Amino acid sequence: MTVTGSETDPGAPIDRRILILDTSIRILYPSILVLALYFVFSGHNRPGGGFVGGLVVGAGLALRYVSGGAAAVRATFRIPPHVILGTGLFLSASTALVPLLLGGAILEHGDVEVDLPIFGAVKITSALSFDLGVDFVVIGLILMAFAAFGEDLVDSPDASDDGSDDPAPSGVSTRQRRGPVSR
Amino acid sequence: MFALLALHVVVGIGIVAGGRALGRRAFLVAAAAPLATVIWVATKASEVLDGRPVTESFVWIEQLGISIDLRLDAFALVMVALVSGIGLLICVYSLGYFSHDQPGLARLAGVLTLFAGAMLGVVLSDHLIALFVFWELTSITSFLLIGNGDTSARARAAAVQAIFITATGGLVMFAGLIIIGQAGGTYRISELLLDPPTGTTVNAGLVLVLVGAFTKSAQAPFSSWLPAAMVAPTPVSAYLHSATMVKAGVYLVARLAPMFAVAGAWRPLVLVVGATTMLVGGLRALRQHDLKLLLAYGTVSQLGFMMLLFGVGDYHIAEAGIVLILAHGAFKAALFMVVGIVDHETGTRDVRELHGFGSATGWRVVEVVAVVSAASMAGLPPLFGFIAKEKAIDGYLEHGDFAGGTAALVVIVLASILTFAYSARFVLGVLGHLGEPDREVVSVDAHAPSALFAGPAVVLAIATVLFGLAPVLVDGLIGGATTALYPGSDPAPVEPFAGFNTALLLSAVIIGCGVVLTVLRRPVADVQARTSAGLAVIPSSEQGFLAVLRGISVAAARVTATVQNGSLPIYLAIIVLTVTLVPFAAFASDLDDLPQFIEQPAHVALVAIMVAAGLGACIVRHRIAAALMLGAVGYAMAGLYVAQGAPDLALTQFSIETLSTVLFVLVLRFLPRSWRHRAPAIATPLRIVVAGAVGVAVFVFALSSSAARSDVDEPSMSEVMIESSLPKGKGANVVNVILVDFRGWDTMGEITVLLVAAVGAVSLARPGRRRDEPDAPVFEEILDAGDEPKLPEALR
Repeated sequence: MTVTGSETDPGAPIDRRILILDTSIRILYPSILVLALYFVFSGHNRPGGGFVGGLVVGAGLALRYVSGGAAAVRATFRIPPHVILGTGLFLSASTALVPLLLGGAILEHGDVEVDLPIFGAVKITSALSFDLGVDFVVIGLILMAFAAFGEDLVDSPDASDDGSDDPAPSGVSTRQRRGPVSR
Repeated sequence: MFALLALHVVVGIGIVAGGRALGRRAFLVAAAAPLATVIWVATKASEVLDGRPVTESFVWIEQLGISIDLRLDAFALVMVALVSGIGLLICVYSLGYFSHDQPGLARLAGVLTLFAGAMLGVVLSDHLIALFVFWELTSITSFLLIGNGDTSARARAAAVQAIFITATGGLVMFAGLIIIGQAGGTYRISELLLDPPTGTTVNAGLVLVLVGAFTKSAQAPFSSWLPAAMVAPTPVSAYLHSATMVKAGVYLVARLAPMFAVAGAWRPLVLVVGATTMLVGGLRALRQHDLKLLLAYGTVSQLGFMMLLFGVGDYHIAEAGIVLILAHGAFKAALFMVVGIVDHETGTRDVRELHGFGSATGWRVVEVVAVVSAASMAGLPPLFGFIAKEKAIDGYLEHGDFAGGTAALVVIVLASILTFAYSARFVLGVLGHLGEPDREVVSVDAHAPSALFAGPAVVLAIATVLFGLAPVLVDGLIGGATTALYPGSDPAPVEPFAGFNTALLLSAVIIGCGVVLTVLRRPVADVQARTSAGLAVIPSSEQGFLAVLRGISVAAARVTATVQNGSLPIYLAIIVLTVTLVPFAAFASDLDDLPQFIEQPAHVALVAIMVAAGLGACIVRHRIAAALMLGAVGYAMAGLYVAQGAPDLALTQFSIETLSTVLFVLVLRFLPRSWRHRAPAIATPLRIVVAGAVGVAVFVFALSSSAARSDVDEPSMSEVMIESSLPKGKGANVVNVILVDFRGWDTMGEITVLLVAAVGAVSLARPGRRRDEPDAPVFEEILDAGDEPKLPEALR
């Protein structure tokens, strides 16, 4: 997982970058990921959960998208989005089904207490892996949305500011844009 | 019996799944299932014929009282003998018919075995629902078998036509069976027989059941699928569409007639439909040039005959039906086998192209089989078919003293004359007497069939002669079956010659008139051609079917054009107005006292933001600005959650709003920046009205649903969940425990939906970016290339 922002989109023209945004994302993005992890792991007892965790990661990705475009989002996760999506559903489904094999009811959860060096006594329930699956599905979904709709506009009929629905004649006001930020 | 059904399923699925390597030897494997059935039934026969049926039961859906009850009584024994006996012969015959391996052969053998299992289920089921399930399985397997040559458009159309008619009839019958079962208090046929229900509802149910039986047994006006089904390979036609499946309707009528024949419209309906079918089938058979179609229409006619015998509910006449069902199974399967042999060796089934066969002994045997079996069909002594017809006529003469009995007898005699005539036409055609001199002579030097190929037909012909000469061999079976249908009856013994009586006289009349029709066949054909041109105003069964199809498609097109007019604003208005206004009255009447609206000062500020942003979203002209304002509404909503002490909801709402705004912006980039309103002037006030109505309705809904539990004593679900969150769900955050544990199954469903939505969004977004695929190989090309499909380089 690359944490840097702007290097991932070397093709972007220099004059279109916002220095403050790029720099703050370098700091913000890892913090957002930590926050998301916190939400996922503490969700069973405190506000949070897999769904929120996934959405927070998505918000972080949106920041990277704003600064580096679709390429930055793509470079963030080496694993293809659909793999993340499928892994998530598989994780949740198998968490739901495993108790059946062990003679319990579907979606029955078990828990263990472990003593971790720094955290002290931590109770881990199998609901956590179910929640992680939800988390992955949400992240995969957001990545796929960026992949599908986040591509740079190339030669698309762009609207001029006069509010006309008609596509502008090609070659006149059709411009090439990278990313959604236009100045 | 369950073991036998399971054997059919295992063998059938095994051959379909792994049979490619077997090729035509798949039929040898398939033969194991009917062989085992025949052996098992033989060991049980004496017990069953003594009046002690073998029963087995398996509870299927306990709550609905549905069980699969199998019961082998003597009548079922007759049917099993047909299904498995002929099934065994068909498997052997198929080895000769399919002399070379070809694609789809193993599938054919496997589905044929599955069909045999389903058909066994039909005749063994004592429970109406189980019978229906097996009945539909025979329809489905028949569909697959007719359409086995899936590259031929004709085969596919015939398969669709067959399943369309038989499955529609099956559904109608299902309703009827439920009516009868509910009225009778039991679904077991053997119990219904002791105490049959009566009443108007039951009579209506019986009509529905008869419709199902008529479609399955190709009765007028549902008969068109049976001739069309003749595109199937001949073993399939011989087995399903003459000897077994088409008799399922007759079988059901035979089972139910003892209880219901005198009730309501049953007897008139059966008499009219059976008589019409018998006559029309005979008339059309007489005009066919294709031997197989001739037999198909002949089968339609004979099925009408069986309806007339089984449907009237008199055991003397039904006994004749049992003889006919056995005799027909023997001679019709043999005749189909003959057609298959002729078709396979000469390449044609058209009587005008047959000019007699060569001098090989094999052909003499085939000719003898054809003559003997056709003579049995025509009702010539001393064959099995003669006994059936004598018994039928005698039964109607002695016991046909019900309304319409005499008319039915007249129809039977007339149709029997036609049967004689088309039987003679079949024989003349096979022997080459109808061959036209200007057609190419292909049959004379045709290769004679192998012993394996001709053998099964010979076996059936021997049975036809043997049972005709010595019916005492099957007397016990037929008598037992009659008693099984009509408990307490006293069936007369089956005799080869019943003495000089009126029935014999009528038989002589039939034969005499039949000979005249045959000798005068050319003038008769001219008359038929002329009258049928005049009768063309009456739609045939085939035209009726097509008209129904056209009607459905026209109606569907009209309904679609009206309901789906393509205007998104109208769809949206209809949806939201329906959702909000239909339950509005109920909610509004529920509303007694209003709650306190403002509990904290923060509420005022937050709601002010929401109202302002909502109005703004309606007014601004820029799409992205509108999306941002919607986001503001969402954030303010999240603020309300915070104010109410629901951090989890607030957190989720904040994240969702953030992301949906981002996604909105992503998609809106592709659209023009702002709207231009081109809608008519009336649209804006209308929109305001719709939006106002929806707003009021949702407001009332929110009020009444939050007050819904005020007058209920039981603790609310949310309290139960909050209490059990930590002890049962091992979590302090009840929202999360609900999501992953109490309602975890819902979450599973939701993330599955998310996954589908993601895939859908991606494929919607990039329709134009698909790589050009190489042209898919055309099926015919693959087939022409030989057994090994040749794929283009790119696909290997």
